Amino acid sequence: MARWVSFEVLSKVDASAKGDFLQCQNCKKIIFSADFELGQRVCPYCNHHHRISARTRIEWTFDPGSFLEADLELSSVDTLGFPGYQAKLDQLREKGELADSVVTGTARLEGRPVSVGAADFSFIGGSMGSVNGEKITRALERAVDSRMPAILFCTSGGARMQEGILSLMQMAKTTAAVERCRANGVPYIAVFTDPTMAGVLASYASVADVILAEPKALVGFAGLRVSKQAGVGKVPDDFQTAEFVHAHGMVDKIVARKDLRRTLSGLVATLGGHLASTDSAEPIGGEA
Amino acid sequence: MAREYAKTHKEWEKPLTELEDNIAKLRELARRENDPIKRNDLNEKAARYQEQCDRFLNLMYRNLGDWEKVLIARAERRPYSLDYIQAISSGFIELDGDRLGFSDHAIIGGPALLEGRPVMIVGHQKGRNIQERQFRNFGMAKPEGYRKAIRLFEMAERFSMPVICLVDTPAADPGVESESRGISEAIAAAMLKMFELTVPSVAVVIGEGGSGGAIGIAVADRVLMQEYAVYSVIPPEGCAAILWRAPERAPEAAEALRVTAPSALEYGVIDGIIEEPPGAAHRDPISAAANLKEAILNALTELDGIGPETRKAARYEKFRQMGRFATLR
Repeated sequence: MARWVSFEVLSKVDASAKGDFLQCQNCKKIIFSADFELGQRVCPYCNHHHRISARTRIEWTFDPGSFLEADLELSSVDTLGFPGYQAKLDQLREKGELADSVVTGTARLEGRPVSVGAADFSFIGGSMGSVNGEKITRALERAVDSRMPAILFCTSGGARMQEGILSLMQMAKTTAAVERCRANGVPYIAVFTDPTMAGVLASYASVADVILAEPKALVGFAGLRVSKQAGVGKVPDDFQTAEFVHAHGMVDKIVARKDLRRTLSGLVATLGGHLASTDSAEPIGGEA
Repeated sequence: MAREYAKTHKEWEKPLTELEDNIAKLRELARRENDPIKRNDLNEKAARYQEQCDRFLNLMYRNLGDWEKVLIARAERRPYSLDYIQAISSGFIELDGDRLGFSDHAIIGGPALLEGRPVMIVGHQKGRNIQERQFRNFGMAKPEGYRKAIRLFEMAERFSMPVICLVDTPAADPGVESESRGISEAIAAAMLKMFELTVPSVAVVIGEGGSGGAIGIAVADRVLMQEYAVYSVIPPEGCAAILWRAPERAPEAAEALRVTAPSALEYGVIDGIIEEPPGAAHRDPISAAANLKEAILNALTELDGIGPETRKAARYEKFRQMGRFATLR
């Protein structure tokens, strides 16, 4: 187990040791970086689940080395000529870490093949544009075609404004793919992570067979700026949190990050038990 | 230099409506005039103004910017779902309730006869005065609205009735109540239900196609837009607030978002545009309704020629193809 360094000790630490330590975004306490990583970037003091990248998420959730990325070549285009969009895309592409706001492919979970997707908030707020919608749709279709459960980790500000009406249509497209999963008896599990909002929440995310959420994740339909404009008055303290939507019956279970792998594999083993390809020796299907 | 934009349709049309009011006054004066020569003069004057007015109207509507279309789509005088239902169908019976404890008035629906054929009509409904607007929640449906729609879609499926959706909403309701009852789930579930249908479905954006609130009841075999309707992923005000932290720059945002019917057609999001009479639907609701009816009937005739399973597969494929991206090597 990780040993947590006390605040008192840290306050005396030399400035040169910076980088070995970081501050919790929620409670502002200082955490030893190595411990922070060991704890899957969850604050040991306040249990705040810090945002993690799509790749890290996949690495931490699925069997080591089992992930095979698909559809890497799909790339967003500025169809509308929207102010600043092309520049933003170029800038993100230069960084080169991500092709778009979601990483998809196939992996194994305790030996069982699964079709997976994980959104990444660092790419235009994890927003769903044409590429994101296409990749989510393909991930769900891959699940149907290869008869394996689908697991999607959501984190998104919503539909990508910069692609206008085309982004809105991704809500329809991804939801249609969920309907295919249902019609074909393929389980689909969504995990709401911080934040899961608007167009993503109001489409494929909310119609999963099982919905899990990380503690305190922001989950809601209208962003605060939109709500304010619409003149929404006083809101409850826990408004738009995972706990709030759980209490209102929209989420099955709030699961701590460290327990996600176990919960997901349990669901895959039970809900996906009827699917043919559960033998770990078989190659994973799909075009990946 | 920044252009001056009107904030409401009323403001934008003011020069036109003032002219129209004055012509009406002249006509009234003429009607009351006993001297035939003077009466003739007044009538001629009115006719001249009318000609000018028509030319002015044509000019205004020929060079519409995207923002003007937003204003027209939001116009108070624009026909709403219930107006159209009354004009195009007979025997409409409004059904209500989500059977889960709630009733919504921003989405209305029920069975009706369209040229004698039973159809299930579901549409957003706005109000014209303060009381009505409050009652209709400004056309912003809560979860119960979408759950009622789902109920009606299921009923249509049971009784083999085509589904007609009339879309006209600024957005789904963003309030605490709606979040508590799962507005996101309700919208997604309504889309899911529409994808499950084997009966034909036609959706028409008749005013504002406001993001998630609109798409919830708009995933149909045929999706059409009236000429001056708008369809958008986010209200221009919201977009401007996020982009520039300046909601007053909504007109620019409307242009950037490409909210008009021709844009939606260009991007393959809709299947056709329904023409509106000169000066938009509110100037001649009867013609507007006639065009709407004809377009719906044509779409239904087309869809009747396709088998239920093929239709369902084609619907999937249609939405499946939506989106634009590049494939890098």
